[in-house]
Amino acid sequence: MTTLPRWADLGLIPLLNLSLAFLVSGLVVAAIGEDPIKAITVMIQGAFVYDGSLGYTLYYTTNFIFTGLAVSVAYKAMLFNIGGEGQAYLGGLGAVIVCLALDSILPAILLIPLAIAGAALFGALWALIPGWLQAYRGSHIVITTIMFNFIAAGMMVSLLGGPLQRVGQSSPQTRNIGEAGQLPFIHDIGRAMGFEATTTPLNLAFPLALLACLGVWVLIWRTRWGYALRALGHSQPAAVYAGIPAQRMIVVAMLISGALAGCMAVNEILGAQHKMVLNFTAGYGFTGIAVALMGRTHPVGIILAALLFGAIYQGGAELNFEFRTITREMVLLIQGLIILFSGALALMFVPWLGRALRRG
Amino acid sequence: MEDFIAIIRLLDATLRLSAPLILCAMAGLISERAGVIDIGLEGKLLASAFASAAVASLTGSPWLGLLTAIGVAMALGALHGFACITHRGEQIISGVAINIVASGLTVVLGIAIFAEGGQTPILGRTERFGPVDLPLSETLSEVPVLGPIYAELISGHTVPVYLALLAVPLIWWMLYRTTFGLRLRAVGEMPAAIDSAGVSVTWLRYRAVILAGLLCGIAGAYLSTAHGAGFVREMSAGKGFIALAAMIFGNWRPVPVLLACLLFGFLEASAARLQGVDLPLIGPAPVEIILVLPYVVTVILLAGFFGKSIPPKALGTPYVKER
Repeated sequence: MTTLPRWADLGLIPLLNLSLAFLVSGLVVAAIGEDPIKAITVMIQGAFVYDGSLGYTLYYTTNFIFTGLAVSVAYKAMLFNIGGEGQAYLGGLGAVIVCLALDSILPAILLIPLAIAGAALFGALWALIPGWLQAYRGSHIVITTIMFNFIAAGMMVSLLGGPLQRVGQSSPQTRNIGEAGQLPFIHDIGRAMGFEATTTPLNLAFPLALLACLGVWVLIWRTRWGYALRALGHSQPAAVYAGIPAQRMIVVAMLISGALAGCMAVNEILGAQHKMVLNFTAGYGFTGIAVALMGRTHPVGIILAALLFGAIYQGGAELNFEFRTITREMVLLIQGLIILFSGALALMFVPWLGRALRRG
Repeated sequence: MEDFIAIIRLLDATLRLSAPLILCAMAGLISERAGVIDIGLEGKLLASAFASAAVASLTGSPWLGLLTAIGVAMALGALHGFACITHRGEQIISGVAINIVASGLTVVLGIAIFAEGGQTPILGRTERFGPVDLPLSETLSEVPVLGPIYAELISGHTVPVYLALLAVPLIWWMLYRTTFGLRLRAVGEMPAAIDSAGVSVTWLRYRAVILAGLLCGIAGAYLSTAHGAGFVREMSAGKGFIALAAMIFGNWRPVPVLLACLLFGFLEASAARLQGVDLPLIGPAPVEIILVLPYVVTVILLAGFFGKSIPPKALGTPYVKER
């Protein structure tokens, strides 16, 4: 096994893999007869330059921080939680139930924390069963979490088309939640303080996501529990020999992972949309896998990777307006290629780069 | 008599809905028996469904479409192998990547080629696989009981359905009656033994993932050029994952996997049949619940509350030759 210097491992390798993903995406753009340079320029402008674009970028970033953290915490214990999509979906259910039940009774100061707790709790519970099955019955967590994504989707179709559906509406969505359940928008806060601010969906869930990063960092790298979790991830037999209760750790790790994924709903439902619509998770849970891989499952890396994906999402939306033949799905392609090159083929350049560095 | 015909129709629909599950589950079975996890069934299914419909629409020939679909899915299988076998990448991540790439690329290319919002044009009668009438189905249909079974249920399916039904005994024979099959099973249980016998672990596993691609390719072509008449975005709609569930449910063995596919296909067929029907005592049929049953029963099976799921021992671990 070749070992690389730290700067090459943390800087050069991710950059090489990322470049390769963009290179292949560029080739696809060229193949369908558009100009890749123009496409990337549009994306960058759409993500950072245009008025209000940064707000949208950070709004997407918020989703990706939560789902990326969720994948990372589980991954520290070598658990592959690909159920972020379903857990976020259930998180939405938790938040929306609290709001629909209490938004006419409680003031915002009580309702919002309760709704956030509801999102985290429901997300955690949806991860509890796969986690418990992995720990105590040895069922493969990847398979169970995939199955739970589909079960969640089926459940939501019946709930949003039935008991939760807005009265007198045929589209599968809930009624709007009352103002007491809505997280303030950043542009409203800005205006209240006398700044001019463009209207964007960016809301207080963004600082909450950054707080979650800090929390995860402290938990994993600064507590006994975190140490035990990382030990478990390195070697389960060694951890068990050292007296770490592996099964309980697995269940708790999945609970935390699910709670983080569930909090994605805080941004979408309490923050931006103020209601729950069918498929509001829109694949953000899966993107969390890419974010965690790019960010090397470290909170700082996750913030950077989430920002990258936020920019890709927002910039990708801009592609729709500028090109006739490029649509949002280009974003999916880029995302898939990033997962391929920086995840599955992450080690491709390592031996080659190791040789090159030794020679030089 | 009317009930009898209704049952025949339901079983007929079961067969049609099971066919892609059977092909994909067999694909997963071959790959996983060789020790390579295949989460990417869904992506291969989707990509090949697009490829076959696109080529059939451009050339007018469903057979060329089928060949292209097989080529595309085999290429994706080889890519999976390149990541997981050659570079020892995480097999699950590679599969997830293939799924996401497929769902993006099919729409991007679809819009670029056909400019119809990601669909292919609707395929005409000659551009897709039509029903094959088996010999004498017309004459025998008058025979009571057996006649309708033969004419409605067994005859009149498209070529890929028969290929799916043929694939099961072929794969069973390959796995349990040939040297290649013996080695394939061994490489999923104990690759070191295969290696010390002087057989290449890498090449065996590559053949497994590429074979898996072949089967997914047929399934994809079936979706868009036989079952449906053209490609629509996300048309695989989780079938690859249901196939994965069926493969686990059938404990990685061809005949039980076939039965699991038929069961899951039956659930889907009955859900479609019960849409909007009022059942006695229950009220409106719980269609969504029936549709998620395959996932629920698979989780229960995995939990080991009934039966026991025994995956191949070396599943998911890349092979490192000792130095």
